[in-house]
Amino acid sequence: MQLEESSRMVQTTSTLEARTIPDSTLGQIHADNPRMKARNVDVFYADKHAIDNISLDIGSGQVISFIGPSGCGKSTFLRCLNRMNDTIDSCRVSGEIMIDDQNIYDSSIDVVLLRARVGMVFQKPNPFPKSIFDNVAYGPRIHGLATSKVELDHIVETSLQRAGLWEEVRDRLDQPGTGLSGGQQQRLCIARAIAVSPEVILMDEPCSALDPIATAKIEELISELREQYTIVIVTHSMQQAARVSDRTAYFHLGKLIEVGDTKQVFTNPLHALTQDYITGRFG
Amino acid sequence: MSNQVSFGLSPERAAERVAESISLRKRRENRFLFLGKSAVAVALGFLVLLFAGILSKGIPGLFQHYVTLDVQLDAERLDPSGQGTLESLADGDFDGVVRDALYEALGGPTGRKAKRQARRLISSGSGQRLMHHVLDNPDQMRSKVALQFAVDDDVDTFLRGLISRDTPEADRRVSDQMISYIDLLQAKGRISYEISDYLFFGSASRDAEMAGIRGALVGSILTLLVCIVIAFPLGVATAVYLEEMAPKNRLTEIIEININNLAAVPSVVFGIMGLAVFIVIFGMPRSIPLVGGIVLALMTLPTIIISSRASIRAVPPSIRDAALGVGASKMQTITHHVLPLAMPGMLTGTIIGMAQALGETAPLLMIGMVAFIVDVPSGVTEPGTVLPVQIFMWADFAERMFIQKTSAAIIVLLAFLITMNAAAILLRKKLERRW
Ligand SMILES: Nc1ncnc2c1ncn2[C@@H]1O[C@H](COP(=O)(O)OP(=O)(O)O)[C@@H](O)[C@H]1O
Ligand SMILES: [Mg+2]
Repeated sequence: MQLEESSRMVQTTSTLEARTIPDSTLGQIHADNPRMKARNVDVFYADKHAIDNISLDIGSGQVISFIGPSGCGKSTFLRCLNRMNDTIDSCRVSGEIMIDDQNIYDSSIDVVLLRARVGMVFQKPNPFPKSIFDNVAYGPRIHGLATSKVELDHIVETSLQRAGLWEEVRDRLDQPGTGLSGGQQQRLCIARAIAVSPEVILMDEPCSALDPIATAKIEELISELREQYTIVIVTHSMQQAARVSDRTAYFHLGKLIEVGDTKQVFTNPLHALTQDYITGRFG
Repeated sequence: MSNQVSFGLSPERAAERVAESISLRKRRENRFLFLGKSAVAVALGFLVLLFAGILSKGIPGLFQHYVTLDVQLDAERLDPSGQGTLESLADGDFDGVVRDALYEALGGPTGRKAKRQARRLISSGSGQRLMHHVLDNPDQMRSKVALQFAVDDDVDTFLRGLISRDTPEADRRVSDQMISYIDLLQAKGRISYEISDYLFFGSASRDAEMAGIRGALVGSILTLLVCIVIAFPLGVATAVYLEEMAPKNRLTEIIEININNLAAVPSVVFGIMGLAVFIVIFGMPRSIPLVGGIVLALMTLPTIIISSRASIRAVPPSIRDAALGVGASKMQTITHHVLPLAMPGMLTGTIIGMAQALGETAPLLMIGMVAFIVDVPSGVTEPGTVLPVQIFMWADFAERMFIQKTSAAIIVLLAFLITMNAAAILLRKKLERRW
């Protein structure tokens, strides 16, 4: 035990000395049961190389968190996973991102279908300026998930329940979603995302605009949702990553520096840059 | 020591300088405030002047003088064949019946000259007016009814005090004999000053006392209808395409620049184009609201496109992200979210465009909507004119009474405009949503 500890120390120190960006990602990019697989993904915004050759598995039924300093490409990579980057004219993506052995950037893929399978929750809560009910019902409606009003009501209710919002809004479903508090709005957005029964939920700093209590609620919610969904969460909070995620990926200047089990990354980072970041030396 | 020098001002000195700069800043702010307030005051002053001018001239124009006559509705004279239809009434001697009522009211003038002077008192359209009255009230046939007829425009002008009794008779449009008749009628209380029904229900006429704006008003409404039906969908569709779908390349850039240029093209040019294309090439008739509406639609399109694009751009991107994020297609995102949120802004732009179109004269002159048209158009393919053109024509007539009618028509035009704007504001308030 003693020996193991010290040998590990030696190894860490040796990498710590070299604060250069490694040629390839350290740690384990593979997952046992991958839901999505990214291989050699590069992203350019016009001439800017925002994502540099990243390969990563998103494990099924797991929560994986992306951490790293601002501007390192976490959001960009996240938005590749449901092709939200398509909306940015200057953005070019190369490489492969597979879901069920199908490349989502393949021309045969219907992006509407993809986004129904890979839902998204944004940094700033963005409910539609419609009623709470309509916010949640919007996805099921456009995808034709409910065949009757009763079924739609049921979907809305269970989605709000899963998002932990049902008790708070059950009496005012017809009131505007924009009238809720920030934390409630974000949970409404989560309810809206899960109403279409996605397989993967992408969350881009979902708590950055929320107060600590609302944040705690969302984290609790993520822990509950992990049973049914695969979740990818971008976060600025190391504690949050440590609390909610099974795996953690550290990004730096468009590169994926290292990825591994959350516990390992936080207690025993493989790379000096990761170490610097999680100990708060920069970020 | 050197440390203190590099540190600069002492706190006391700094406080003094700040106090100085504060008084300077305050003075500047006050000057700015004063300038702003005077600018608003000047603008308001002009507005008040404008409205005072229009109202003081125009309100008298909304009224005119009537003479009340007791008319014997003699069935044999008015409706010889007794069917009570427009055709059978056409044979009736309405002018004669009115004339007789007038002679009676004047105590029976004798001699051709006196009768001719008497006839000059009332509007030459009085017979027509009586015919319409009989047509609308067939049950009054064979009875004697008191009816109001407009006095002749010169008499009206005299009654307003704009023609002096002291002017020598030869230079006056109202003879001494007529003045004595007028005095007689006034003494009997038969002359009244009332809201002009001719103005609102009459159509174009060379006789000032009978001239009305109904034809022009209907023409304006029809023209604007055509204009909005064409310009709004086309403008919104163009804006949506350019903003949401068009690739950003050379071609769309050129289109954009040209739309902006089009907004600055003088309106008369659109009129010439309408004449050349719709009337000369397509052979559409002149003077019809359809062509007028198309021309005005082309003129207002740039305004609608530009303001629609601005309001589409003002829709927060987060709403688009939200819709796309749950799997809405581009089209669904636009129709379900972007358009409803942009609609208030688009409507504002459209109303501004329509207001421009409503006041437009030059392009409509080019396509012949200036023709003298007595009938009220009953469809967009029937010749008609519009309010501003009517005003333009009236302003050109020599009769004094047309000056008042012109001002009155301007008031109606302004009222139309204000109603339109108010409707737009209400609509926008209803549609406006917060996000
Ligand atoms: N729409 C865009 N156009 C151009 N550059 C962008 C755009 N979005 C992000 N970038 C650039 O890509 C890099 C990565 O950005 P992002 O993925 O948002 O970082 P993070 O989410 O990790 O803070 C940054 O340098 C940023 O400036
Ligand atoms: Mg980000």
